[in-house]
Parts: sequence; C-alpha cells; structure tokens
Amino acid sequence: MTVRGLRLLSILSVVLVAVGFGLVFFYAPLDTDQGFRQKIFYLHVPLGIVGLCGFIVAAWHGFRYLRTGDPASDLRAYVYIHMSQIVAVAVLITGGIWGKTAWGTWWRWDEPFLVSFLFLFLIYATYQVLRFSIDDPQRQARAASAFAIAAGAFVPVNFTVVRMANQYLHPRTLDNAANGGLPGPVLVTFLICFLAIATLFVTLVRYELLSKSTTFRLRSLERRAGGDDLLPRRSAVLQA
Amino acid sequence: MSRPIGSLRATWLVVRKDLLLERRTFELLPSMGLLALGTIALLRFALDQDEVSGDLAAGALLIPLLLAALLGIARLFAAEESDAGVDQFLLSPAPAGALLAAKIVGLFVVLVTLEVVLVPVFALLLLGPSIGPVLPEVVLVLLLLDAALAVIGGLVAGLAIGSRSRELLIPIMVVPFALPALISAQAALAPVLEQDPGALVTRWPAVLAIYAVILGLVGSVVAEFLVED
Repeated sequence: MTVRGLRLLSILSVVLVAVGFGLVFFYAPLDTDQGFRQKIFYLHVPLGIVGLCGFIVAAWHGFRYLRTGDPASDLRAYVYIHMSQIVAVAVLITGGIWGKTAWGTWWRWDEPFLVSFLFLFLIYATYQVLRFSIDDPQRQARAASAFAIAAGAFVPVNFTVVRMANQYLHPRTLDNAANGGLPGPVLVTFLICFLAIATLFVTLVRYELLSKSTTFRLRSLERRAGGDDLLPRRSAVLQA
Repeated sequence: MSRPIGSLRATWLVVRKDLLLERRTFELLPSMGLLALGTIALLRFALDQDEVSGDLAAGALLIPLLLAALLGIARLFAAEESDAGVDQFLLSPAPAGALLAAKIVGLFVVLVTLEVVLVPVFALLLLGPSIGPVLPEVVLVLLLLDAALAVIGGLVAGLAIGSRSRELLIPIMVVPFALPALISAQAALAPVLEQDPGALVTRWPAVLAIYAVILGLVGSVVAEFLVED
C-alpha cells in the first residue's frame, strides 16, 4: 500500500472510531437490565470478532508461505498474529470489566467466549517463543507458518468444545440479532463499531507491515554499505 | 541406486525402529509410568480423599496421563536430533512426511502401553467405584484421547525441531493445544466413572475423534515442511 493510501486509511479509521463512539454514547439506548455498563458490548464483541478473523487470516498467509515460499506471506502471517494477540488481550480485559460490572466477578469459567479467548491467548503466546528460538531464517518461517495453520484450525474447534462444555451465560446478543430481536439503533451502532474496529485493525496491520519491511530494507542497505552482503562478482571469480 | 519406498512402509520401518529402541533401552515408558504414579499419589493428598469418582476421578486420571504424555512428546525426536537423524532420514528414499507420521503412531503405541498399566493402578489406588462395568467406555475414550494427544504431540515436536528452547516450548505448546481434547475426555469420563455404564454421551467421543482428524489433516499438510534440513 502507498503512503497516500495508508494516510487515507488512517483518516477513515479515526472518523469511524469517532462516529462509532459517538453513537455508543449518544444514540444507542441504555440496556434495561445492565444500563450504561452494557455499552462495553460495542467494544468487546467487535474486538473479539476482529481478533478471530486476524488469526484465521494469519493461517491463510502461513499456508500461502508454505505453498509459494514468498517471505511477504510469512511477514503478513507474523503481523496478523501479533496484532490479533494484542486484540485478544484487549478482549480478555474488556470481558473481565464487563463481567465485574454485570455479574460482580472478573472471571467466570462458565463464560465460553472469555474461556475460548484465554485458550487462544495461551496458544498464540507461544508463537514468538517458537519463532525466535529457531536460528535458521527459512526453517523459522516454515515452523511459524505451520504453527499459524495449526493454530488457525484450532480456533473453531476450541470455540465449539468450550461452548459445548459450558452453559450459556453471556447475553446472546448476536443470536438475538440473527432472530431479528436486536433493536434497530443497537444493531446500527454495533455494525458501525464493528466496521470501525475492523478498519482500525487493518490500518495498524498496514503500519506494522510498512515498518517491518522498511526496517528489513534498511538493514539490507546497511549490510551492503558495510560490504557484508556483497557477493563476489562473477567476473572477479572468473579472473581469479 | 536406492529405490523410493512408500509412505506406509517408511512409517512402519521408523515405528519399528523406535519401538525396538525403546524395548532395548527401556527408559521412556518407566519414566512416564513413574511420573504418572507420583502424580496419582500427589493427587490423593492434594484432594484429601481416599477414593474419588465422577468429575474428580476423570481429572485424577487425565492429569497424570497428560504429564506422562508431555515426557514422551519431549523425547519424540531425541534420537534423531542427537545423531543428525533427520538429515540421514532425508537422505533416504523415504518421503519426509513419513517421519512425522511414524512419530505420531509411535507415541500412540507408547500411550496405550502406559495406560494398560496406569488404568488398573489408578482403579486400585484412587478410584472409588469398580472400573469393571464401565471398562469398554473408558477404553474407548482413552483410545480417542491417545489419538488426539499423539497427533498434537507429533505436530508440536515437529514444530520444535531445530529450536533452541525445545524443552521449554513443547510443554507450553502441548497444553493449550490439548485443552479441547482434555475437556472432551473429562466430560465423557466424568459420568462414566460414577459407574453408570450407559452414561457415555456420544458427542464427546465424536468431538475427540473430529479434533484428532482435523489436527491430523493439518499435520499431513505441513509434515513435509517441518521435516526438512
């Protein structure tokens, strides 16, 4: 993506986030049971969905790396996982805050969404440990890509098993939406917030990709300037 | 010039080599058994109960099994890594993925062998109700759990080949990957270990089997990329 495109995406993210939060505070109605505390739903649930999508996209890029060997795919998988890890921590924190305000406790083991995210966090927390404990860059990329695929396959299974093992406690807001039971203003606010968080996520991913690729190019130039990266020219070898 | 050999034959040859090595050295199975037995003894005092049943019994059986499996997984590629065995395997005409498949099958055999001893010992030392009437259900769940753990173990050990922190990585990666399998096994075993032969809910063994199959498919996709020089 060009710098201009990234600038436009950044402005769009800021506008959507501002509009989303404006709707949350001034447009969306107060929940009859939980009151103002329920507003964290507009942050917690979009973060969760975006984080999960990030892990799945990382698995796709890992798969592409193994098929093509293109280092850009490995870099994308790395960045998507890194950003989704941050989102997963935010989901755990916002979920805890919601739980404390709604049920008086920071954590409940019978809440499937939070428990599933804890398991995902535990899995993906090992990604960097695995990646940076392998010295050979190609082997590192292969192992990291294989990990991204395996962990990506783990995501839906994990959610299914944890949901099966627990009774439903969280308000089934999205189920209600599917049944047409979510009030219009709530649905509109939720969709705008989801779009805002998704755009912000993509923007941050693009920034990190740009930062990493610039760093790699800079290091390569430094090595070449220092003479470390220069292979002997073919003509020089032939003359020798 | 060596002839290429099929995946199944290559897998069988490596499994046979590993099991023969274990029979001669006899170091892994006794270590796994001792760790499992020690954990059962520890659980007796941690739970402060002479006999357990239901939920507690399922947990008290699965935790020693998981810890013993961790030992086995950590040693899965030990022979290959100490003698550059992976490179030697890659020089052979066998397909690269056969090595990972062989490790999964070998681990499955080791886990089943361990349970042949561990389950009666657990029933004798800690389980309240008699295990006899529910033995077929327990065996079914444990076999499916072994399959899932073997696939997870093979995959994680394969990922950690060439890593500087293999001993650190394997346990912290296996445990979260094994959580869905352990939750399913716990949910399946808990009513059974209340000595109710008809209590096995079929969806849990099905979940275990599906999980093992999904990770097995992932393993088959990435195997050749993990076993490379």
